[in-house]
Amino acid sequence: MATAAPAAPVRTVLATRADAWLTRGFILAIMLYLVVALALPLWTVFVKSVEVYRFTPERVTVAFFREGAWEPARSLAAWIEETGYVLNDGLRASERSRERLVAIIPKKARKGVEKYRVRDLSEEGGLLLLEGRLSRPGEVWELARRDFARLRLRPESHISLDNYRYYFATPALRSSIRNSFLTSGLTTLIVIPLAFGFAYALTRSCMPFKGLFKLIALVPILVPSLLPGIGLVYLFGKQGLFTPLLMGHDIYGPIGIVMASTFFTFPHAFLIILTALSISDARLYEAAEALRASRFRIFRTVTLPGARYGLISAAFVVFTLVITDFGVPKVIGGTFNVLALDIYKQVIGQQNFQIGAVVSVVLLLPATVAFAVDRIASRRQVALLTARAVPLVPRPHRRFDVAMLGFCSLVAVYILGILVMCQLAALFEFWPYNLSFSLKNYDFDRMDGGGWAAYWNSIRMAGWTAVIGTAIVFCGAYIVEKIRGLVQLRAGFHLLAMLPMAVPGMVLGLSYIFFFNDPSNPLNFLYGTMAILVISTIVHFYTVSHLTALTALKQMDPEFEAVSESLKQPLWRMFTRITVPVCLPAILDIAIYLFVNAMTTVSAVVFLYSTTTALASVAVLNMDDAGDIAPAAAMGMMIFYTNVGARLLQALSSRVLLTRTQAWRLR
Amino acid sequence: MSYLRLENITKRFGAFTAVDRVALAIEEGEFVCFLGPSGCGKTTLLRAIAGLDFQSEGRILQAGRDISALPPRERDFGIVFQSYALFPNLTVGQNIAYGLENRGLPRRRITERVAELLRLVGLEDQGDKYPAQLSGGQQQRVALARALAPSPGLLLLDEPLSALDAKVRLYLRHEIRDLQRELNVTTIMVTHDQEEALSIADRIVVMHRGRIEQLGTPIEIYQNPATPFVADFVGTMNFLEGTVVEAGRARVAELVLECPTDGFAPGDRVTVAIRPEDVVVRAVTAETRNRFAARILRTDFLGPFLRVEIGAERLGAVRLLVDLSINLVRDLDIELGGGLEVAVPPERIRLYPPGAG
Ligand SMILES: Nc1ncnc2c1ncn2[C@@H]1O[C@H](COP(=O)(O)OP(=O)(O)OP(=O)(O)O)[C@@H](O)[C@H]1O
Ligand SMILES: [Mg+2]
Repeated sequence: MATAAPAAPVRTVLATRADAWLTRGFILAIMLYLVVALALPLWTVFVKSVEVYRFTPERVTVAFFREGAWEPARSLAAWIEETGYVLNDGLRASERSRERLVAIIPKKARKGVEKYRVRDLSEEGGLLLLEGRLSRPGEVWELARRDFARLRLRPESHISLDNYRYYFATPALRSSIRNSFLTSGLTTLIVIPLAFGFAYALTRSCMPFKGLFKLIALVPILVPSLLPGIGLVYLFGKQGLFTPLLMGHDIYGPIGIVMASTFFTFPHAFLIILTALSISDARLYEAAEALRASRFRIFRTVTLPGARYGLISAAFVVFTLVITDFGVPKVIGGTFNVLALDIYKQVIGQQNFQIGAVVSVVLLLPATVAFAVDRIASRRQVALLTARAVPLVPRPHRRFDVAMLGFCSLVAVYILGILVMCQLAALFEFWPYNLSFSLKNYDFDRMDGGGWAAYWNSIRMAGWTAVIGTAIVFCGAYIVEKIRGLVQLRAGFHLLAMLPMAVPGMVLGLSYIFFFNDPSNPLNFLYGTMAILVISTIVHFYTVSHLTALTALKQMDPEFEAVSESLKQPLWRMFTRITVPVCLPAILDIAIYLFVNAMTTVSAVVFLYSTTTALASVAVLNMDDAGDIAPAAAMGMMIFYTNVGARLLQALSSRVLLTRTQAWRLR
Repeated sequence: MSYLRLENITKRFGAFTAVDRVALAIEEGEFVCFLGPSGCGKTTLLRAIAGLDFQSEGRILQAGRDISALPPRERDFGIVFQSYALFPNLTVGQNIAYGLENRGLPRRRITERVAELLRLVGLEDQGDKYPAQLSGGQQQRVALARALAPSPGLLLLDEPLSALDAKVRLYLRHEIRDLQRELNVTTIMVTHDQEEALSIADRIVVMHRGRIEQLGTPIEIYQNPATPFVADFVGTMNFLEGTVVEAGRARVAELVLECPTDGFAPGDRVTVAIRPEDVVVRAVTAETRNRFAARILRTDFLGPFLRVEIGAERLGAVRLLVDLSINLVRDLDIELGGGLEVAVPPERIRLYPPGAG
């Protein structure tokens, strides 16, 4: 018998072998990716939001050389006091504000001056700007007259909450909060019952054409959120066919925003509720019927409670989608300001990055809360799902089925109507005045916005995003789910992977400007490239892809890795030979999800594209902005057809794969 | 020198100790079962031996080599899990070949070896099927063949039969045993089924709350359970409260029984343990020791035998379970409410400290 040896502590090692280093390296690489492409940029948004710019004329002195001698130096503040000059026209200074010194010191005071000596007295320096050169602290510049005329004063930056004070004290900005909540809340209240009714019809009725209706319900996922706005403008705008239905109200504004948001959020709510309804247990219904409960009572006591987490989850998803979307209000919001649009206007329109950052932080709050509620609700829903349920098979009920068919047809007509409208507008010479057929709206190269090149850029960008993104996401999820040890590292990684869902696209885009456009950042070279578009898009859609991959991986036997190790095979072999082939359907799902979203996304990339990397979705935005609405609709429809094509390709390849490599699935 | 030595293995999960100072030596070619109730740490110990989860303390030596800190890939073992963990996208043949690849073996050798293993587990013509197309028992054999393919020095089986129905289980357990003998591979099997362990193992390690409760051959374990826990867990046992009267005698209620009393002094309170099948009813004569008259209070038909509950005047309220073969029942005309003479051979009685059972 073995005797009890003195207890020797064993290093709980993953052993210093190739595998261990490989996995550790992989985790760190992907974490680094999420940190650099998400955490750090987000941090800069917070930093920017407390950065305040102010002119400090008291820290600059000017001395004149006149009649062969230097006169005593005087501070700019003294000049301002004497002349009563108003800096920056009395507006708040921002990062880009500049003042010409010759505007501060009046011309007659400078009469006969031959040379100037200006001095920067600040501790940080940089108050003076001449031809791209900044003054160093305490530095004295001696300037000729011509140079002095070009000399500019820059504001100094401080850390303070002044931006927030200003934001909340400015009614025009503050009102966006209320507006955003109004449109998001209204849309949620409209979409949830619609989506519920639609999903209910598909799961609980015996109406015909269920497959077709399901396809139609998912169509809005394939188009940019700008497109429903454009369609509605055609349908309900000044010359719209259905304008009288609005009874004198204007489609530009909250009505248009809610109608268009209803269109693009519908499939998201529909899918969640459909899942929730599909898992209900037939036995509950049988029991209720045995107790002679009425149809309505069953609905109230069995159906609704069973789907409640799905409904909550769907409501918060819709709310988040609307409040963070900027495409719809941009196209159809008119003068009605909302938060996401404010970020765009502050940054692109006014170059006021600090206020843009403040709005971003304000927008992050509701998005984060909604995200948290959604996660909790969907976890509960999943818990319901694991219960062993007998699927419900609906029985025909003529009146009910006809009513459901009618309802679904109405929704389908709304969805298709908007699309058809866009397509018609794109194909006619000039809707509704000149209805002769024409392809001139497809001549994108003659419009602003990037032309056909933008379309091809989009396809390239979406392709890269799908390929690289799927690889990163799947490897990351594999590590989170299947690697032993490194518990804390993996938990931290999972948390990072969940973060993107809570970050609105506009905020992500803005954070990239701050982070990557900073000349002192070694990654600055990425700015304006295709790479940064791909990087940001992968991050933007990381969470859902990550969760899809996790679900697929969780379904695999947890002992596969152990068996493979016991058979002395390296991890990569297990991964390529077993994990990837078994998860191939999920991998294709992720790829297509990333592709479709990369084709339609506007919010993050609108801040990041350059002239050489313009995208189709951004082109829709810019052409619409320039008044080329029909070409914008045409481009939007091009995105739609491309996504349809991609989906078909996926369906086809899954089928081929299923018969070829997935023979084991079919018993 | 033993083939596998565990020295002082301890595994903690936070404050909870799942395996507590386990020491064990296993000889080459031996078939050892880890037996114990759910949660006693069997799987944890097995996974430590495999290197899938490292022990918190202690050393493991295999064939004289210290493997305590080696990752699974550098240890020498094959493993079969309860779920089989067959790769669903590989055929049976590819599953078995999986561990042979990537080792510089020529393709032809691999094919031969796979065929050899398929023959060994009786699945010659199933090599091209996918696991999902096989029955549970067949899948189990594929998992076994896959684990054995690289000819490991040690075979680890974690409840390999528990997912199967009773008949297949019985059959496969003998197959595993025969295979093990044929290949002479040192084997550790985890099970919570005492019958399985008794029938298959050379030696059994009974575990309880992370510790080894007893280590021995099936017969030792069954006949001389070292602790009340083992006695209760392996087979059925009557536990009766009693007192030692003098050396070689103990009293239960009013009944004095002759029995070995080593380790106890007169007056000590004890637990008297008697197996139901050790109570004798045939050929009980006046000379038979520990004889007493009893009455049948309840019967329980269990197929091959009848389990009866008996009471006796001298036992007072104490009841005793007795197993009687159907044969015997027929011969002796035993029925509910009837009386009979029974006896307990002294050497079949074991005493434990009080409060056991
Ligand atoms: N990863 C873990 N973290 C915390 N506790 C664990 C972990 N793995 C096992 N345990 C605990 O250790 C104890 C022993 O577990 P183990 O799986 O070894 O039991 P077992 O004897 O194999 O039981 P069973 O017959 O149910 O398989 C159990 O109480 C279990 O809850
Ligand atoms: Mg176990």
